[in-house]
Amino acid sequence: MSFISYLIKGISLGSVYAIIALGYTMVYGIAKMLNFAHGDVIMVGGYILFTVMTSLGQSPILAVLASIVFCTLLGITIERIAYKPLRKASSLAVLITAIGVSYLLQNLALIIYGTETKFVTSVIPIPTIKLAGGNLAIPGQTLVTIPVCIVIMVSLTVFIRKSKTGRGMIAVSEDKGAAVLMGVNINKTIAITFAIGSALAAVASVLMFSSYPSLTPTSGAMPGIKAFVAAVFGGIGSIPGAMIGGILLGIIEILGRAYISSQLADAIVFLILILVLLIKPAGILGRKMNEKV
Amino acid sequence: MKKSLAKVLSLILALALTFALFTACGKKDEDAKEKGSKGTQSQDSGDKADKDGSGKSAGKFLIGGVGPLTGPAAVYGTHVEKGASIAVKEINAAGGINGYQIEFNFEDDEHDPEKAVNAYNTLKDWGMQISLGAVTSNPCKAVAAETAKDNMFMLTPSGSATDCIAYDNGFQVCFSDPNQGTASADYINEKNLAKKVAVIYDSSIVYSSGIYQKFAERAKDCNFEIVAAEAFTSDSNTDFSVQLQKAKDSGAELVFLPIYYNEATLILTQADALGYDPIFFGCDGLDGILAVENFDTSLAEDVLLLTPFAADAEDEATKKFVSDFKTAYGEIPNQFAADAYDAMYILKAAIEKAGVTPDMSISDICEALKVAMTQISVDGLTSAGMTWKATGEVNKSPLAVAIKNGAYVSVQ
Repeated sequence: MSFISYLIKGISLGSVYAIIALGYTMVYGIAKMLNFAHGDVIMVGGYILFTVMTSLGQSPILAVLASIVFCTLLGITIERIAYKPLRKASSLAVLITAIGVSYLLQNLALIIYGTETKFVTSVIPIPTIKLAGGNLAIPGQTLVTIPVCIVIMVSLTVFIRKSKTGRGMIAVSEDKGAAVLMGVNINKTIAITFAIGSALAAVASVLMFSSYPSLTPTSGAMPGIKAFVAAVFGGIGSIPGAMIGGILLGIIEILGRAYISSQLADAIVFLILILVLLIKPAGILGRKMNEKV
Repeated sequence: MKKSLAKVLSLILALALTFALFTACGKKDEDAKEKGSKGTQSQDSGDKADKDGSGKSAGKFLIGGVGPLTGPAAVYGTHVEKGASIAVKEINAAGGINGYQIEFNFEDDEHDPEKAVNAYNTLKDWGMQISLGAVTSNPCKAVAAETAKDNMFMLTPSGSATDCIAYDNGFQVCFSDPNQGTASADYINEKNLAKKVAVIYDSSIVYSSGIYQKFAERAKDCNFEIVAAEAFTSDSNTDFSVQLQKAKDSGAELVFLPIYYNEATLILTQADALGYDPIFFGCDGLDGILAVENFDTSLAEDVLLLTPFAADAEDEATKKFVSDFKTAYGEIPNQFAADAYDAMYILKAAIEKAGVTPDMSISDICEALKVAMTQISVDGLTSAGMTWKATGEVNKSPLAVAIKNGAYVSVQ
C-alpha cells in the first residue's frame, strides 16, 4: 500500500516538474535559449499568490488569475528588455543574461518581501482522501495536479500543431530565416512563446505552493533546476518529452528516497540522467539534429 | 557569427586577466595583514592592532557580531542583533563596563560561511576588538577559524556546533549540538514520551546531523527505540512525504526534528495532509516557527522543543527583557535574542573579572578573557549559574517548551 502512495506522490511531484519543464522546453525549442530565469518566475508567481490572498485578503480564484496575468506580463517584459536586444548575439551572452535576470528577480523579491519565510495558503481546498482504512492517504492537491498537467500538455500540443501561431512557432524553431521569408513574425512568435512559458510557470507555482507552501526568494531555484533536468531528460525541445521527463524524474526521486536512501535521492536522480544521456544523448524523445552553423 | 564569438571570447579573456590581477593584489594584501596579525600575537602587540584598536575606539569596547539578517535563517540573526542591542543599551546606561562604553556593530552574512568571513573582515576594519562570532553554525565555523588566526576573543550566542569552539579562543552561550542531542534523548527517556521514535534530519548541515548522531548514540541506553532515521538535504527540502510515510509505517509515536523551523513548517503541514499526528519534538532550531508569516500555528499545537528560554517565564529578568523587547521592536523575543542578551552580560562579567581595558591589543584582551571565562559564573535569561569549561562549552540546564494556542509555554 505504501508503494502505491509513493507512486502517486511521485506522479504528483513529477507533474509539477513537468509543467515547469514545458516552459523550459518551449523556450529552448523555439528561441534556442536556456531561460534560467524560468524558475524565478515561479517564485514571483508564489509571491503574487501570497500578496493577493493573504495581504489583500482576496479570493483564491482572483489570486490565481492575478498570478497568471502578472507572470505572463513579466515573461513578455523580460523577453523584450533582456533577451530581444541580444537576438543576434552569441548564445553564451544570452545565457549569462538569463542568469543575470534570475538573480535580479531573486534580489527584487528580497527587497520587496524581505527574507522571512512566507507561508502560502493552499488554493486547492480539497481535503485529504483516505482509502484502504486510512492506510492510503491522497492529499487533495495531488488530485488536482495530475489532471491539470494532462490538460495543459494536450492543449499545448493541439495549439502548436493546429493554430497558425503554433505552426509559426514550429517554423521559427526549424529555420528562423526561412520562417521570416514565409511571413512569420519572429519577434511576435518568440514573445508569445515567452508569454505561454511564463503563464505555465504561474500555473506551476499555484500547484507547487499548494503542496509545498513555504515561500522564500530562492524557492524557485531548485525546482527550476530539476525541471531543466527533466526537460533534458525527456529531450529538450520536445513537449511530450518534457512531460515524460518531468513525471519520470518525480517518480524516481520519490521511489529512490523511499527504497534506496532518503539522503541519496538527488544523487540517484542525476545518476540516472547521466546514464540516459550516455545511452541516448538527445534525451528520451529528443530528435538528433545536426546544428547548422 | 564566428567573428562575434571571437570578440566575446577575447572580452572574457581580458576580463579574466584583469580579475586575476586584482585577486593577486588582494592576496598580497591579505598576506601582509596576516603577518601583521601574527605580530599581534607576540609580546609587542603589533602595530596594526594598535592602529585599529586604540585609534578608532577611543576608550570604548568595540564588539562586533555576524549573522543572517536576510536569507532563510533571518529570524535568528535579527533576534540576536536586537537582543544584544538591548543589553548594550542597558550596560551603557548603567555606566558601561569598568567605566568604558560599548559600541556594538552587527553585519549580515545571509547564513553563508563565505559572506560571514567577509562580514567579519568588515568588522575588523571597523575596529572590532571582541567578536560575537556568528549566529548560525556553518558561518560560525568559518568565523571561528578567522578569529583564531587573529587571536580575537569570540563568544558565539547561538553557533551550536562543536566546530564553532574548536579553537581555544572560542566560547558558546548556547548548548553545543552534542549536548542538545543527548539532552533530547534523556528528556524523552525520563518523561516516557514514546517507545518508538522516528528522526527526520538534514544531513547537509552540521547542526542537524551533529544533534542526530549524539541523539542516536544516547538512544541506545534509553527506554525507546529509533525505528526510522530519515535524512534530507538542502537541495530536496520541500517534499517530506516519503520521510513522513516511513515514520508512520514504522509506527513511531514521536518524531524528533533536530532541524530549522523553515523545513519544520513543511513537515507539519505535510504530516497533517497525511493524517499523521505523532508528538513532534525539536531543539532550538524550531524556535521561530511561530514567526513564519501566514503559517497556520494550529499545526504546531503541542510541538515540544528543548530550548533554554521561554518568553512566558515568570522571573523578573525574563519579564523585563520581554517587555523591553516588545516596546523596542514590537515582537516577542525568541531564544536567540535571549542568548545574545546573555552574551553581552557574560562579556561584561568576563571583562570585569579580567580587568581588561579597551586600549589593550586584541590579542591581549583575548588571552585575559580566555582565563576569566573559566572562572566566572553568570546568571542569565537562558539559565542560572552558567559556567564554562576551557573547551568553550557552557554548562547549564535545558528547559522544555511546548507550543500551546500559538505561543511558547514552558513545561515542567
